[in-house]
Amino acid sequence: MNVTLELNGETREVEVTPWKRLLDVLREDLRLTGTKEGCGEGECGACTVILDGEAVNSCLVAIGQCHGRQLTTVEGLAHGEVLHAVQRALVACGGAQCGICTPGIAMCASHVVDRGLLAGADDVTARAKVRELLAGNICRCTGYQLIVDAIIVAAREVTR
Amino acid sequence: MTTYLRPRDLDEGLHARAEHADWTVLAGGTDLLVNANHRAAPVGMIDLWRLADLCFVRVEKTSVAIGAGTTWTEVERHPAIRAKLAPLALAAREIGALQIQARGTLGGNVGTSSPVGDSLPALLALDAELEVASVRGHRRVPYREWCTGYRTTHLAADELIIAAHVPVPDATTRTSWRKVGTRRAQSISKVMGAAAITLDGDVVVSARVALGAIANRPIRITAVEDAVRGQRLGVAGDAARAALRGAIQPIDDVRSTATYRREVAENLVARFFSVS
Ligand SMILES: Cc1cc2nc3c(=O)[nH]c(=O)nc-3n(C[C@H](O)[C@H](O)[C@H](O)COP(=O)(O)OP(=O)(O)OC[C@H]3O[C@@H](n4cnc5c(N)ncnc54)[C@H](O)[C@@H]3O)c2cc1C
Ligand code: FES
Ligand code: FES
Repeated sequence: MNVTLELNGETREVEVTPWKRLLDVLREDLRLTGTKEGCGEGECGACTVILDGEAVNSCLVAIGQCHGRQLTTVEGLAHGEVLHAVQRALVACGGAQCGICTPGIAMCASHVVDRGLLAGADDVTARAKVRELLAGNICRCTGYQLIVDAIIVAAREVTR
Repeated sequence: MTTYLRPRDLDEGLHARAEHADWTVLAGGTDLLVNANHRAAPVGMIDLWRLADLCFVRVEKTSVAIGAGTTWTEVERHPAIRAKLAPLALAAREIGALQIQARGTLGGNVGTSSPVGDSLPALLALDAELEVASVRGHRRVPYREWCTGYRTTHLAADELIIAAHVPVPDATTRTSWRKVGTRRAQSISKVMGAAAITLDGDVVVSARVALGAIANRPIRITAVEDAVRGQRLGVAGDAARAALRGAIQPIDDVRSTATYRREVAENLVARFFSVS
């Protein structure tokens, strides 16, 4: 099947079987290996991308479903050399260690920040909200504290 | 290669379903795509994701109609569902995590019909009706008759799930929903349940109580419903606990022991009937 989609602002076409997972098409057919596979079961969030404005697990989307849709992967998060606020904050706060979860964290966090899902919350509430909103992203290294710090910093920067 | 169809409207979807009983019906894919690489590819797929005819929430006079394609994110955020059908909005917020809620649909939860499907006890307690359709026409099934066994339902091979029609509880009815799992998000329920309790002051006039994860399908606990009728809140909690004891045979599995499930289920049901 021919699948045409808008990927990181460009129109891309692939010829694939419609049942193939979006995750595999990104990594194997389109050679965008920033999106990671952790579990293949929707549990870990390492494969998170933004599809039609929502953060979703690319391991649970069949590529046929993406025809005509808009997709952003971690490769499309920065504007040229300028990192997204979330990426800058993750670097500044040390919110990454081995890095396998980081692309997924960055995608989910960018959705949370860009959609203003923390808007108006005081610091304590915002931290609790970040933990709930990112509950689908598992990190085995950092202990989450520095990731939460980074997302709070990014959210403040974006609303300012 | 798998054939792919994204119907333009319900009519096209129903015709495809009638012609290709062996094609997989797919919505958000959060059940069907799990471990997809370790499963055989389907012959064909009918992709209902964002099919406009199934994506709606209609607030009607005495009920709310929720289209099968409505996602848990949409259910959780909908002001009328939050205000009038709290158990569904609460269940939505605890289904998976953000990414799962953005794709997972009501139709998918009802279609999979897992004993741990979190919206299912809420549909039971709220006495919902399901609307299903085929080229033969539309029909409605009371949700309490929907599940026939472990992950089996009354859906015919040529039918699609269209919507859940959920009556709005009146002002004298209080509703609850509660899930117990290993952690708040992304955890499969050990026990979860919902209740709709009609009160005259603090006396229980009638109640619907439903539990999930304690039998091969979500179930109404009529023994509890009978035991609490005419009782005051508080006392009714003790009656509910006692009645539940003989009414369920929870399972032992990797997630919990039967003993643990029984104790949690008793506490949960007692709490539904506590004062305030
Ligand atoms: C990591 C993870 C966590 C999860 N956590 C929870 C949880 O906490 N609680 C919970 O209840 N569930 C949970 N789930 C399961 C799943 O997300 C839900 O059951 C969801 O509602 C399924 O919806 P879907 O649209 O993705 O279904 P799909 O996978 O697209 O379909 C599921 C089934 O329903 C059928 N179907 C879908 N729509 C229709 C229709 N309109 N007509 C006829 N048949 C239809 C399909 O044929 C299929 O058999 C989780 C899943 C994952 C991967
Ligand atoms: S690889 Fe998709 S959620 Fe883990
Ligand atoms: S940095 Fe290693 S898993 Fe998160």
